[in-house]
Amino acid sequence: MTDSAFVVVRPGALTTVQDLGRVGHAHLGVPHSGALDQPAHRLANRLVGNAEHAATLETTLTGCAVRLRRPATVAVTGAPCPVTVDGRPAPWGAAVRVPAGALLEAGAATHGVRSYVAFDGGVAAEAVLGSRATDVLSGLGPAPLADGAVLRLGPPGGPAPGVDGVPHRGVARELVLPVLLGPRDDWFTTAGLRTLATGDFRVSAASNRIGLRTEGPSLERAKDGELASEGMGLGALQVPPDGRPVLFLADHPTTGGYPVVGVVPEPHLAAAAQAVPGTPVRFTPLGRVSWVPSARREAEAAARRRG
Amino acid sequence: MTIRSLPVGEHGLLVELDSGEAAEALHAELLRRAAARRLPAVREIVPAARTVFLDGLADPGRLAAELPGWRIPPLDRDDSATVEVPVRYDGPDLAGVAELWGVTPEEAVRIHSATEFRVAFCGFAPGFGYLTGLPERFHVPRHATPRTRVPVGSVALAGAYTGVYPRSSPGGWQLIGTTDAVLWDTAREPAALFAPGTRVRFVPEPGTVLPEPEPEPEPEPEPEPDATDTSPARPREPAPAREGAPAREGAPAREGEAP
Repeated sequence: MTDSAFVVVRPGALTTVQDLGRVGHAHLGVPHSGALDQPAHRLANRLVGNAEHAATLETTLTGCAVRLRRPATVAVTGAPCPVTVDGRPAPWGAAVRVPAGALLEAGAATHGVRSYVAFDGGVAAEAVLGSRATDVLSGLGPAPLADGAVLRLGPPGGPAPGVDGVPHRGVARELVLPVLLGPRDDWFTTAGLRTLATGDFRVSAASNRIGLRTEGPSLERAKDGELASEGMGLGALQVPPDGRPVLFLADHPTTGGYPVVGVVPEPHLAAAAQAVPGTPVRFTPLGRVSWVPSARREAEAAARRRG
Repeated sequence: MTIRSLPVGEHGLLVELDSGEAAEALHAELLRRAAARRLPAVREIVPAARTVFLDGLADPGRLAAELPGWRIPPLDRDDSATVEVPVRYDGPDLAGVAELWGVTPEEAVRIHSATEFRVAFCGFAPGFGYLTGLPERFHVPRHATPRTRVPVGSVALAGAYTGVYPRSSPGGWQLIGTTDAVLWDTAREPAALFAPGTRVRFVPEPGTVLPEPEPEPEPEPEPEPDATDTSPARPREPAPAREGAPAREGAPAREGEAP
């Protein structure tokens, strides 16, 4: 019972190994992947004294339970949930000492979607292209947790830095997402862009690590026809033919052929990753980024008014 | 050559060109400059059909302002390694493709294997390359009703492109052959056999037997297969309610291009 590992007792709806993701392989069709709520992942690591790139577990709505085979310092962050050690309540958002043989459980999220479980030493799953992240789009990285699976832990470092517990930042009743327009906002009519700014959208239950799908009004297109496949980035707001924006999260495809009306800046993606299905979504278009020559912006605005 | 730079959020730049050839030339120039440390730090450089996407730039506006002044040499077709891919030209669509081309299946094999291909860009799945090289008269449409399962190693055509399925998946491309070449292996360095710019030649395996044409499949109300979550490509996320969800998640969306 003292090897450096844990056994999965309850994998929950979807629990994956995550870190900061795979960078620099998008041109080969490899998604970025990595923790959807990066601040929560980093915080969990800091609480147990890990480097921020150490791998944690990312749960989905229903938490998970694991039995430790060595003593470990653990921390649960992200979506708030009841944390127990052998059935006894333990703090959420704080370093917890778990003895060898004990059952650590992160319960169902009381708010939000994804909790992060960090262990001192990190989850030592095999790295693929420099990352231990599970990528649900292309299947790279370790398999999602399954009943009875044994995952190794890295060697524990020194003592945890003694960070106090952290308050949860709260989950807003409404998801407000700023949007920088472009590159393909010209594929939408003025009315379509107004719909983006004023429409009542909701988080769809079909959302996942690939994208946050929305339900709500349809964005009217100014152009028919097809867009040749082009590179897509994190936070891209892609509009498929049904007109309802899909916000690209960490496991998004690297190329796509539906127009991207705008991009949600990365610091806002953690909140998107924690929005439960049904949460109202409001997009606040910020215009285009500042370096786009204003003369062209004005010409385009005029063209849209005419169109 | 016209270069049009479009903003992609705070740190991204989508550079649009007149043609796929121009996009490949710009991509090659970007890689040369990156290798010579004459390019600002960038997280990703993703070429595609007529664009190059740069992400993770500190100051995309500055690069956008500089780009029109760059001298971008035309693509040097001899500057990259050639990969030879052995193929059994035994695909169920070979006869149909030959008919579209107005040649015999034997002649179609000769045309395809005599073509020098180049990986224009990658996408859809790790290791899937979009290969250009066939003249326009040999471009073929996708199947209206895609197959629910295309075997790994299938050599296939759609639109301007040839591709090889790196793993078994649904797909709508015209299947002309099969290869045992491993397109993607994370235990190998590099993992991808095809990267943007790689030159590719398909070599017919000796003793290739041309197949009988397959009867046209009955149209079925299959979901668009590049994207459904039943695909082995994306088995892992539990699929919550799918109703009303756009069916094409994760796939490059363009009809003529998605494998």
